[in-house]
Amino acid sequence: MSSVPVSWYLLLAAALFAIGTIGALTRRNGISIFLSIELMLNAANLTLVAYARQLDDRTGQLIVFFVMAVAAAEAAVGLALFIAVFRQRHTIDVNRMNLMRW
Amino acid sequence: METVIFALFAALALVSAIVVVTHKSPVYSTLALVLTLFSTAVLYVLLGAPFVGALQILVYAGAIVVLFLFVIMLLNIQKEEEAHAGFGAQTWTAILGAAIFLGMMGLIFWRSGSPAAAPLTPESVALKPLAAQLFTTYLLPFEIVGLLLLVAVIGATVAARKPGEELGHIGEHEYVSGEEPRTDPLKSGSDPHQPSVAEPAYSSQREAS
Repeated sequence: MSSVPVSWYLLLAAALFAIGTIGALTRRNGISIFLSIELMLNAANLTLVAYARQLDDRTGQLIVFFVMAVAAAEAAVGLALFIAVFRQRHTIDVNRMNLMRW
Repeated sequence: METVIFALFAALALVSAIVVVTHKSPVYSTLALVLTLFSTAVLYVLLGAPFVGALQILVYAGAIVVLFLFVIMLLNIQKEEEAHAGFGAQTWTAILGAAIFLGMMGLIFWRSGSPAAAPLTPESVALKPLAAQLFTTYLLPFEIVGLLLLVAVIGATVAARKPGEELGHIGEHEYVSGEEPRTDPLKSGSDPHQPSVAEPAYSSQREAS
């Protein structure tokens, strides 16, 4: 049974992270930026699991567990903030959220 | 066999990730994210981490994505107006930065090479040592994460409540429930900064009732 080299997984994770970066930097809809950030977190998780496999060490998988919990907390608070902003300003276009810019 | 599965789901993850980033409608972006997360879960299982794979599907695809969809539909977000206005400097800079990052990472991973990982054994995939490590060595972080989730739930509830609704005084409003003294964009489309227009109609309504 041919085994896939771990570096392929690492390359895939780097590509996913890069795609997420592009999304987080170019999208203007707040929700879409959030989705891109989830994509980046997911790519980091893939890297951790790949290295856990490479080094035969379970700590990587445990860190993924914690990252998922923090991502859940972040999504809950972030979406609540977007609801609050939407009530005030009727939009979640981040280009129009410039109250604290200067 | 393993190579075929890897190639299939890696391609699926990449394509759906591109859809997440490029699709104008946030609903479709979220559904594409489900596909990405699912493909990644399959890759976790291939890497000998079935627990992480199951957690990925349960927590990410099951809970977080549903939360996203719920908020998108609650806020009734339309497609981005003048979406990608100017495929301009911002986009090109982002692509350039991502390409540089990808190049650097690729170089590092390629140069470092990968000595063949030890073949998977039933012991290395077993759940029991993982749980033992989580509840002994990492017990304190585990408890802290629980506290963090509690704080996040409370914070989200406070942040998303209706403006002007004091905590603990919710029952003290004098209006009948079902009537809204303030204009709330989630219910109506009007501007909250002009409540005076809605006020007379509201008070007459109340006197009538």
